[in-house]
Amino acid sequence: MPEPTTTTADPPRIDPTRAAPEGKAAVIRATGLTKTYPGGVTAVDGIDMEVREGEIYGFLGPNGAGKSTTIGMLTTRVLPTSGHAEVGGVDVVGNPARAKQVIGVVPQSNTLDRAMTVAENLEFHGRYFGMRAKPARILAAEMLEQVRLTDRASMPVMALSGGMAQRLMVARAIMHRPRVLFLDEPTAGLDPQSRLALWDILREFHVGGQTILLTTHYMEEADQLCDRVAIIDHGRFLALDTPEGLKASTGVDTLVKVTAEGGDLARLADLLREGIEGTDDAKVGDGTVTLAVQKAKGLLPRIIDLAEGEGYSVTDLSSSEPTLETVFIDLTGRELRE
Amino acid sequence: MTTTDTPTPGTAVNAPTARTELDAPAVAYRKAFLALLARDLHVLLKNLPLFVLRTIMQPLLLMFVFTYVFPKIGQGVGGKGAGGEELFTAVLVAGVIGLAIVFQGIQAVALPLVQEFGYSKEIEDRVLAPLPTRLVGVQKIVTGMLQGLVAAALVFPIAAVVPATDVHLHIRWLVLLTMAPLAGWVAASLGLVLGTKVAPQSVSYLFALVVLPLTFLGSVYYPWTTLSPIRWLKLAVLVNPLVYMTEGFRAALVQGVDHMALGWIYGALVLFAVVLTWIGVSGFEKRVVT
Repeated sequence: MPEPTTTTADPPRIDPTRAAPEGKAAVIRATGLTKTYPGGVTAVDGIDMEVREGEIYGFLGPNGAGKSTTIGMLTTRVLPTSGHAEVGGVDVVGNPARAKQVIGVVPQSNTLDRAMTVAENLEFHGRYFGMRAKPARILAAEMLEQVRLTDRASMPVMALSGGMAQRLMVARAIMHRPRVLFLDEPTAGLDPQSRLALWDILREFHVGGQTILLTTHYMEEADQLCDRVAIIDHGRFLALDTPEGLKASTGVDTLVKVTAEGGDLARLADLLREGIEGTDDAKVGDGTVTLAVQKAKGLLPRIIDLAEGEGYSVTDLSSSEPTLETVFIDLTGRELRE
Repeated sequence: MTTTDTPTPGTAVNAPTARTELDAPAVAYRKAFLALLARDLHVLLKNLPLFVLRTIMQPLLLMFVFTYVFPKIGQGVGGKGAGGEELFTAVLVAGVIGLAIVFQGIQAVALPLVQEFGYSKEIEDRVLAPLPTRLVGVQKIVTGMLQGLVAAALVFPIAAVVPATDVHLHIRWLVLLTMAPLAGWVAASLGLVLGTKVAPQSVSYLFALVVLPLTFLGSVYYPWTTLSPIRWLKLAVLVNPLVYMTEGFRAALVQGVDHMALGWIYGALVLFAVVLTWIGVSGFEKRVVT
């Protein structure tokens, strides 16, 4: 007898206005957004979403989760198979040329105009969006100031480092004052310092009231930057909330990682699950046992006592708060970077 | 890591408030279209010496070998008798103008597009300009056409200076001034078709399989009308748009040589232009929007 195929149950429909800021107008609205590529791969599977003015809204999910395809649909580059999407009140499928007036996009790869200098890239971008040459040049200079590239103004863009190129693309995307700034994996491949620099710039835009939608597979990025995070996998929203709300939803306040020798770790996990009060879960992996615990007072000595009493030798013990990674694992049973 | 790479947090920043008043669609499209043209012109002017060099090299060498070297070493081309060589020079000038325009279609449209679609991905930004994607394709055609006209114009001074014999061009202005933009349109739209269909790794095939047959069998070196002894070839080359261009320029510039009827020339070129534009522009949109 063949084993019955297990079908994953449809995740519960998530209210797209969950945890949305009160009293703000929606600038992105999508219903039933779906993309099936020729060949039958469904990259995005019926997403309902709403982003409100001034929010930084993040898609958090592993590579291939459907984040870029969703951004592609919202930015007129990918045609939805079904569903509806509006940005700034413009139907992105019915009127893509109009929609392009109200969006700013920082794509995943470097799409700077290699035939031109840093300043010219901005200047001509301004002109594409209807500015006259002189005001465009002046604004370009101001934008370079904002993203701290003034001293590179007359360089060819090929001479920029990855972080600088990314900042120039951000300046370009924001220059025509879009209703929504879209960033697809904005810090992928950047060194930590450039990543922090970009976060600072985005925070400044945020303070200025700019609506931002970004995708990321770095949980820190979602956690630190975003007002709301949609966790996305296999083209569907699995959860939507503030980063704090998402972490609270795990019902766990401490994660303890126990590194031990001297016996079967699966048995140790069972012992700890039974013996430590408030333990929600205990997982074995890579020479360690990870406990998810609620109300963890005086926890570490109790773990050591229990483990050593059973003949294990605890070599390392660390505790941390749950992260968005925990939430993702909770929801999918997998890690973000698998 | 340079200090410029580390912005100081908390610096005052002009709050980017979103624009609420937008240009009307037709206005926005026109401005974006013209700005894209201005961009191409700007890049062209920046690289003007290179552009001129790249554009005149082929006409210059062709004219030099066929109309200077050959007569000088007594290796005559263009038939026997008085005026044979002079006539050949005029025939070749017309052919070289057509050739120069076709090459601009490849160099100004097809090759940059292959690159922008391929490794550089620059096209992804260009198509975010606020105009319909198809118009971005049309803009590429206009750029290619304008460059084709410049390339055609550059052939005349070469023809005036290089040949060892006298060159007698009998210019029919109306034909010349309509033929040149029409030829430029066909060449640029052909460039758009090739640029959207050819993958970066296949560029060498583009030259071997398209550019070479197109140019060698485009009636550049001989009038199409003289192909009668090879009837199958005379018919086969009718699928080559360059044939109509070179014949058209012969009609516009050369007296004393038969050319294809102007009605056929214009008809065929308009047909090529419309069909290639349609294929190119829809192919462009398909490459951009998935």
